Amino acid sequence: MSQSYVSAEQLCADLRALYAANGYRQYKMSKFEEYDYYVRNKDFLISDSVITFTDTNGKLMALKPDVTLSIVKNSRDMRGGVQKMYYGENVYRVSGGAHEFREIVQLGLECIGDIDDYCVLEVLTLAAKSLRAISPSSVLCVSQLDILSGSLMGVQIDVHEEILRCIGEKNAHEMRRICEAAGIADRADRLCELMNCYGAPGDVLPKLEAMFGRTHTVVRLSRIMEAMEKAGLGDMIRIDFSVVNDVKFYNGIVFKGYVEGVPQGVISGGQYDGLMRKLGRRSGALGFAIYTDMLERLFEGAGEYDADVLLLYSEADDLAAVQRAVQTLQSDGSSVVAQRIAPDKLRCRRTAKIAEGGVSFVDG
Amino acid sequence: MAEKLLNIALPKGRLGEKVYNMFEKAGFPCPSIREPNRKLIFENPEAGVRYFWVKPSDVAIYVERGAADIGVAGKDILLEYEPDVYELLDLNTGICRMAVAAKADYRDDPSRTLRVATKFSRIAQKYYASQGRDIDIIHLNGSIELAPILGLSDVIVDIVETGATLRENNLVVMEEIVPISARLIANKASYPFRTAQIARLMAEMMAMMEGAK
Repeated sequence: MSQSYVSAEQLCADLRALYAANGYRQYKMSKFEEYDYYVRNKDFLISDSVITFTDTNGKLMALKPDVTLSIVKNSRDMRGGVQKMYYGENVYRVSGGAHEFREIVQLGLECIGDIDDYCVLEVLTLAAKSLRAISPSSVLCVSQLDILSGSLMGVQIDVHEEILRCIGEKNAHEMRRICEAAGIADRADRLCELMNCYGAPGDVLPKLEAMFGRTHTVVRLSRIMEAMEKAGLGDMIRIDFSVVNDVKFYNGIVFKGYVEGVPQGVISGGQYDGLMRKLGRRSGALGFAIYTDMLERLFEGAGEYDADVLLLYSEADDLAAVQRAVQTLQSDGSSVVAQRIAPDKLRCRRTAKIAEGGVSFVDG
Repeated sequence: MAEKLLNIALPKGRLGEKVYNMFEKAGFPCPSIREPNRKLIFENPEAGVRYFWVKPSDVAIYVERGAADIGVAGKDILLEYEPDVYELLDLNTGICRMAVAAKADYRDDPSRTLRVATKFSRIAQKYYASQGRDIDIIHLNGSIELAPILGLSDVIVDIVETGATLRENNLVVMEEIVPISARLIANKASYPFRTAQIARLMAEMMAMMEGAK
């Protein structure tokens, strides 16, 4: 799947087909959740601002700020199997710059159940293929939170959070200061070394093995990366420990996808068993979301013209003749806009008018 | 294929000039930047860099939004606006501190809400929240030192470099909140595509700073 898209809708349609082809079933969210559900899990949400309304039964409901929480709530625990779902839903979030609510299409997929390494590989592969579909110049940054958490074992929770923030910022100078102030200066070098482990799996995995040995986690990560390599996706993977999602919810593999020319991550995902436990669920869970609002910039200016042909007609023209003229002009695949007068700012390649026996171009 | 130029946002003013000197010494010169004119963008394809001057408080926005791949911003700006960027290096220049200052004879009364005048509302709010102190923020855009003198506020939260302005206005530093210096920041989405260029620049800057010690 590699073509240039002129709109997010086209891209989303192809991605839905990709997920469906891999056995993911569409999840449709036609009802609203209670506001209280989002409030209880607000740390999981990107934005904690939620639009609320009162339902006919007096309950305070919310326009969905996120789809994952609903999928989790409406799924069931499975032993030995995995429910695989994809979705494309409107969500309502406060935009960063304008501080106003915006309607955004969130596209993504979730696996809920007994998550094994194949599930992780499959989700990473689909995330990588989604990125490639968006742009051939894209990178999937993958981190392993268990390795990070292991390196911070026994560290006080507030220091732990501060260090994770520094790792997320690739901020070695401040991390050293925090470690020193917390009396764990001896850990700073190792944490910096881990933070600097950035690059292609082939370069980073040997460093991880040298640091931690062939632990179960490192071996699993290596196997997954090897399979990605064999699938021809290795060149777009970077191991990057600065991808740090909230460790209260996330564990194992987490990732973020970037596309050249888009200033923020366009895909974000990972394993979130912590959220499942918080909601009293036994299953594991894994998924990702694509922020389609981020992609708008990629499709900007894709069309230099609003339509190929502007067909000018007058009230005196025969209706059937106008319709015939539109069909004639469309016959070579051109898009045609019929207007009585040329609207301001409408950009068309050519202008035509109804003429005796058909149409004639008026722009030479 | 030639590498794309690395877009670098520099803060206009004294700090920006100091920082540009550092980039130049580290091997990323752009002679046209020293020419007397009103241009805002300067590039040197040989060094692989394009510099532009922006308002110091806007550097983080240019970098976060990807108009610049990297930039130099004061830690005060990073703490106040919390941009989603990488903070790669402490450049150890532009050193000052964020502090609470008040009239020399001011005594805090914990039974009253503390009135704090500042340009840095978020930093002040976080600091006093960590102290469990109830405050009222008075957001000002300049001449912060006037606020306690005219009774507009009890204290101010502001950047203190030498302390001369405070002294001249009979104000004193009551508490230090955080040390400030210039930081090299990078756009998170640019980083994976410009890793080698950014890493080379960082290494040269670190070597230059080490040599200058």
